[in-house]
Amino acid sequence: MLSISRVSVSFGATRAVDDVSLEVPSGTVMAILGPSGCGKSSLLRAVAGLEPLASGSVSFDGADLVRVPTHRRGFAMMFQDGQLFGHLDVAGNVGYALARKGIRGSQARTEVDRLLELVGLAGYAARRPTTLSGGEGQRVALARALAARPRLLLLDEPLSALDRSLRERLATDLRHVLTETGTTAMMVTHDHGDAFTVADRTAIMRAGRLVQQGETAEVWAHPVDADTAHFLGVSVPSDLAEP
Amino acid sequence: MTRDRAGRIAATTVAAILPLGFLAIFFALPVAGMLARGFAPGGVLDLGGFAEVLGRARTQRIIGFTLAISAAATVISVVVGVPVAHALYRLALPGRRTLRAIVAMPFVLPTVVVGVMFRSLLAEGGALGGLGLDGEWGGILAAFVFFNLAVVVRTVGAAWEGLDRRPEEAAGTLGAGPATVFRTVTLPALAPSIISAASIVFLFCATAFGVVLTMGGLAYGTVETEIYLLTTALFDLRGAAVLSVVQLVAVVAMLLLADRARSRDAGTQRAAKSAIAPGRVTAYAMGSVIATVLAVAFVAVPVLALVVRSLRRQGEWTLDYYLALGRVGGADGRSALPVTVWEALGTSWRIAIDATILAVVLGLLVAVLVSRPARSPGGLRWRRLLDGVVMLPLGVSAVTVGFGFLITLDRPPLDLRTSPVLIPIAQAIVALPLVVRTLAPVLRAIDDRQRQVAATLGARPWQVLATVDLPIIWRPLLAAVGLALAVSLGEFGATSFLARPDSPTLPVVIYRLIGRPGVDNLGMALAASVILAVVTVTVMGVVERLRVSSVGAF
Repeated sequence: MLSISRVSVSFGATRAVDDVSLEVPSGTVMAILGPSGCGKSSLLRAVAGLEPLASGSVSFDGADLVRVPTHRRGFAMMFQDGQLFGHLDVAGNVGYALARKGIRGSQARTEVDRLLELVGLAGYAARRPTTLSGGEGQRVALARALAARPRLLLLDEPLSALDRSLRERLATDLRHVLTETGTTAMMVTHDHGDAFTVADRTAIMRAGRLVQQGETAEVWAHPVDADTAHFLGVSVPSDLAEP
Repeated sequence: MTRDRAGRIAATTVAAILPLGFLAIFFALPVAGMLARGFAPGGVLDLGGFAEVLGRARTQRIIGFTLAISAAATVISVVVGVPVAHALYRLALPGRRTLRAIVAMPFVLPTVVVGVMFRSLLAEGGALGGLGLDGEWGGILAAFVFFNLAVVVRTVGAAWEGLDRRPEEAAGTLGAGPATVFRTVTLPALAPSIISAASIVFLFCATAFGVVLTMGGLAYGTVETEIYLLTTALFDLRGAAVLSVVQLVAVVAMLLLADRARSRDAGTQRAAKSAIAPGRVTAYAMGSVIATVLAVAFVAVPVLALVVRSLRRQGEWTLDYYLALGRVGGADGRSALPVTVWEALGTSWRIAIDATILAVVLGLLVAVLVSRPARSPGGLRWRRLLDGVVMLPLGVSAVTVGFGFLITLDRPPLDLRTSPVLIPIAQAIVALPLVVRTLAPVLRAIDDRQRQVAATLGARPWQVLATVDLPIIWRPLLAAVGLALAVSLGEFGATSFLARPDSPTLPVVIYRLIGRPGVDNLGMALAASVILAVVTVTVMGVVERLRVSSVGAF
C-alpha cells in the first residue's frame, strides 16, 4: 500500500502541493482528478522521486521512500506523450526494464510478446516509435511500464493526448489491463470520464490541496462543495449552491 | 537531503571540478600571470599604464581599426549569410548537402592557410593581383568574411531548418505578402540565432591572429597582432597587458550579449517534421539562390587558386614544390627548416590527437553539466556561469595564453616550459568551446522526461546515461572529435609561442616559409598549405557525413 503523508512540494516560493495525505491500497487504482495547474502532476512526480519533498513522507508497505532514488522505488511511470525511446524499436522499448534486470534474449522476447498482446499490439515488435499512431504509442508506453513489474504504476495523463473515441476505448482497455494484472496504480487526469472508467477510488485536487477522496462513484454522487460539483459537471445540490 | 540528491550533488561537483580546475591552471593562471607582469612589474600594482597606453595614438589607431574591420566583416557576413542559410537549409535546392559542405569548409581551414591563400590570390602575379588589395585592409576584410560566412550560415541555418512553417503560413492567410511575412514572422524568430552568430563572428574577427599576421604585413594590425608585437618584438609587457584587458572586457561583453540572445531562444519549440519540410524554389526565393551561388564562388575561388598556384612554377605545371616538402632545408636549399614538412605534419597530428582527447573529455563533462535541467535558481546560475567560463578561450588572445604559459608554468610545482604537453593543452583550451557548443545543444534537446522514464523503469544513473544520452550523443561526439582535430591541427596563435624550434608544427612551418624571401619558399608554403588544408578538410568531410547540425553553430 502506498501512503502519502502530509506531503508538500515547492518550486521556489510557489507551493505546488500543499499538505496532501493519501493512501492507495494494493491492487486498487486511484485517480487524482483536478484542473490543470492544481499540482496533481507534481504530486505524482514526488511519489516517483522525481521532485524533492518540501515536507511530509512517502512510504510503501510501511517502508519510508524519501531516501530511495527513483530507479530503486519500483514505481514505473507512464507519461502523457509516451516518451518512447526514439532510438529503440517497440520491442526495445517494452524490453527496456527487462534489459536493466539483465533479462535478454528469448526470455525477454517471450515477455515482450506477451505484454504486446496484452495491450492489443501483437506483431508490433519491430516497428519504430515514429511509425505509431498516438493511441498505439500510449499502448507501447503502457506495456513498457508493465514490463518493469512495478509495485506501483504511475500514470500521468495517459489518455489526454488522444481524441475522444480513441480515448474512451483506451480507457476501457486500460481498466481491463490493470485489473487483469492486479496492478496498483495512481493515475493523474483532468478528465472525470477517465477517472470514472479507470479508477476504483478518486481524489480531487484544487490549488495544491486535496479537497475530497473516496470511492469514485461516491465522489461523483456527493461532491464536497459547489466548486467540486461544478468541476465534475454534475448538477449542484441545492444545499451546496452558493447564495 | 536524500541520498539520491547528495549523490547527484557529489557527482556534479566532481564533474565540474575537472574542467574548471583545468581552466584555472592552464587558462586563468597564465592570463593572470601575463596581466601581473604588465601591471605590477615589481610586485607593486601600477594601473597608470592604462591611461598612458590607451593615450598613445598608435593604440587608438589599432583599436579603431580592429573595431571597424570586425564590424564591417560581421555586417557583410550576416547580410550574405542569412540568404545563403535560407537557400541551403530551407529550400529544396539540388545538391544542397554538397553546397553546405563547401560553404562550411573555411571554418576548419587553418588561419595560416587562409592567409597564404588570400595573399597568393591578391599578390602581384596572383589571379586577382590587379585589384591591388595585397597587404591592404580590403584583403583582410575578404579573408574575415571568407572565414565567418560559415559561422552565420550554420548558426542561422540550424535555427531556420527547425523553424515551424505554420506561423508563416498563418501570416500569409492573414494577408501578409512574402516580404511582410519575412519581416514580421521569420526574422523575429531567427533574431536570437542571428545575434548569436553576429556576436561570435565579431569575436572571431576581433581576436583573429594568424590571418592578420600573414596578410596585414606591417601596415595593418589588430589588437591581437599588436599584443604579439608588443610582447615579442618590443618587450612592452605593460602595453600588452593593457590591450589584453581591453580585449577581455570586450569579449566578456560580447559573450554576455550572445548568451542573452540564446536564452531568449530557449522557448522555441521544435516543430513537427511535416512543418519543416524544405520548400520549393519560387521566384521570390531566387535572391537567396543567387546569394548562394556567389558565396560558393567566393569560397571556392581562393581555394582553387591556391591549388593551381602550388602546381605552377615559372609558367609551367610542376610537382616541384610538393617534392620539396620531403626535403630538409627548403626548396632553394638555403632556408633552414629543421624538419621536412611531412615530419611537421606528423608532429601536428600527434599533438592534435592529445589535444582532441583532452578537449573532448572535458567538453563532454561540461556539456553534460550545462545541459541538465537545473532544479533551483542557484543551480541555473552555476550552469550559466560554467557555460560562460568555458567560452572565454574563444575570445581571449591566444597570444596571451601562449606567452602566459611560458611565464607562469616555468617553475615548480608546475615546470612545464620544456614539456611537450604544453602545446596539446593550449590547443585543447582553444578547441574546448567548440566541443561544448557542438554537444550541449544536442543534450539539451533530449527531453528530460526520457531520463525520468528510464529511472522509473529501474535504470541506474549511469544506465540512464548509457541508454538515453549515449545513443543520441555518439554522432555529435564523433563530430566534436573531428572538429577538435581540425582546430588543433590548424592552431597557430598559442602554438607559435610554445612549439619547440626543433620540432615545429605544420602551421608554424608554413608561417616560417612565407616569412622567407624567394619564390621557391612561397611555392613550398603553398604546397604545404594545400596539404594541411586537405587534412583538415578531409577530417571535416567525415564530420559532415555525420550530419550533426550543431557543428560550427553557435
